Amino acid sequence: MEKAYFDYAATTPTHPEVVTAMLPYFEEKFGNPSSIHGFGRETKAAIQDARLKVADLLGADQAEIVFTGSGTESDNFALEGVAFSREKEGRHIISTPIEHHAILETLKFLEKRGFKVTYLPVDQYGMVNPEDIKKYVNDETILVSVMHANNEIGTIEPLAEISKVIRELNINRENRIYLHTDAVQTVGQIPVNVNELGVDLLSLSAHKFYGPKGVGALYIRKGTKLVSFMHGGEQERGRRASTENVPGIVGLGKACEIAKKELPVWTTELTRLRDKLKNGLFAKISDIELNGHPTLRLPKNLDVSIQYVEGESMLLSLDMEGIAVSTGSACSSGSLEPSHVMLAIGKTHEQAHGSIRFSLGRLTTEKEIDYVLEVFPPIVERLRKMSPLYKGVK
Amino acid sequence: MPQYSEKVMEHFRNPHNVGEIENPDGVGHVGNPVCGDIMEMYIKVKDNVIVDAKFKTFGCGAAIATSSMMTDLVKGKTIEEALQISNRAVVEALDGLPAIKLHCSVLAEDALKGAINDYLKKTTGKGLPNWKPHED
Ligand code: FES
Repeated sequence: MEKAYFDYAATTPTHPEVVTAMLPYFEEKFGNPSSIHGFGRETKAAIQDARLKVADLLGADQAEIVFTGSGTESDNFALEGVAFSREKEGRHIISTPIEHHAILETLKFLEKRGFKVTYLPVDQYGMVNPEDIKKYVNDETILVSVMHANNEIGTIEPLAEISKVIRELNINRENRIYLHTDAVQTVGQIPVNVNELGVDLLSLSAHKFYGPKGVGALYIRKGTKLVSFMHGGEQERGRRASTENVPGIVGLGKACEIAKKELPVWTTELTRLRDKLKNGLFAKISDIELNGHPTLRLPKNLDVSIQYVEGESMLLSLDMEGIAVSTGSACSSGSLEPSHVMLAIGKTHEQAHGSIRFSLGRLTTEKEIDYVLEVFPPIVERLRKMSPLYKGVK
Repeated sequence: MPQYSEKVMEHFRNPHNVGEIENPDGVGHVGNPVCGDIMEMYIKVKDNVIVDAKFKTFGCGAAIATSSMMTDLVKGKTIEEALQISNRAVVEALDGLPAIKLHCSVLAEDALKGAINDYLKKTTGKGLPNWKPHED
């Protein structure tokens, strides 16, 4: 059976050069970076080297990078860290309804502890209007958190404009508003520069761009106040105690180095393949629509809603052909609720039901696109024949 | 994503009795209150025996497999026998369903009962005594 992986937004295969870079740090170079002896100094240097590479990709200073265990941890760290260090200055946070659950659930946790959260409206593409921040900000506002790009529909948010609005607001404020972004879907995938975006905090995850799982980082702009996330050691300047995941951190560093080099190629190639897939599907399948912004979207992402069919049954059918995708259908979510992103952008339950996400990556081939274009339309046709909603349509 | 049994996948891959029956003797049309899916069941009845059953389903793999299995199970049964077929029987015949997918089998039971209800109404003027689709 042919196999075609179209779920790069979920995770990516580790780059072989990343694996090679990591391997020595399991057996030969196993020292604890906190040890003063040679074994420790060796791994401490490796971590430092990785930190420089991450900083370099982001246009940050190495001292502004803290390694974490995942993108989710970075998000928790950023929001809780700011909230708990600045609760005396204010207890209001602004975010969006289309964030990843790592943000939404952390915000809920903070709401239970007395913080107020305002969710900015988003338009039909999931786009935030930066000007809206002025409407919702108040004296208590300490943080705005807006994702860089949406994991499901691929829309890229206007972060630079958002930070401009916040900078203007900050001129007349004593309690500066911080800007955090969950950039898990963008770092290593499109150009991300912390200064161009004007963010104070930025979360990233290694396994979304060919690094290993179980390691992420939080960018913390110099002077940003936040409480430590883990206690029990001086690692990461006391901000995140724990013996470092040395192989993982080395892998993250390598992934950043590769991304910095390869990004322009990946971006053009993915855009080309993605558009080919999109045009092919739209030509072959009726009653199909694009979710997310038509142009301001991640090159790797194609999210569509297909009418009269349910996502899980499409996903299963594709899986039987060796094709891996994801869906926002209620039937495949643990909660049996349709995707919160689809509902937030004004889609109906039926549209959410019929949503399918293809996400491409550096190993996606022309052949795989052709394979999907050959296999998927008959699947839709078959399921539509079974669908009571399809009656009389044609 | 739930793990489905081989049986479920078999019925999902090649569902039996897909489609509509022309001039059916009973039609059941139910919506799933849990996740919002839709199932339709058609029956043909002769001398109190269900001689044919077909379905159309807009739903997940479990919904399609349970509709398929349900139509298989009712064929050749008398109305009284068919009414005894619960969603559990369908689940068992499919070698089980993930817990989160049990409600899809309830939908299949409701669709069948709905079809029988419709048939009884048409033939006797009275439907199933206090029949209502499940709420959850
Ligand atoms: S029909 Fe929605 S979960 Fe089965």
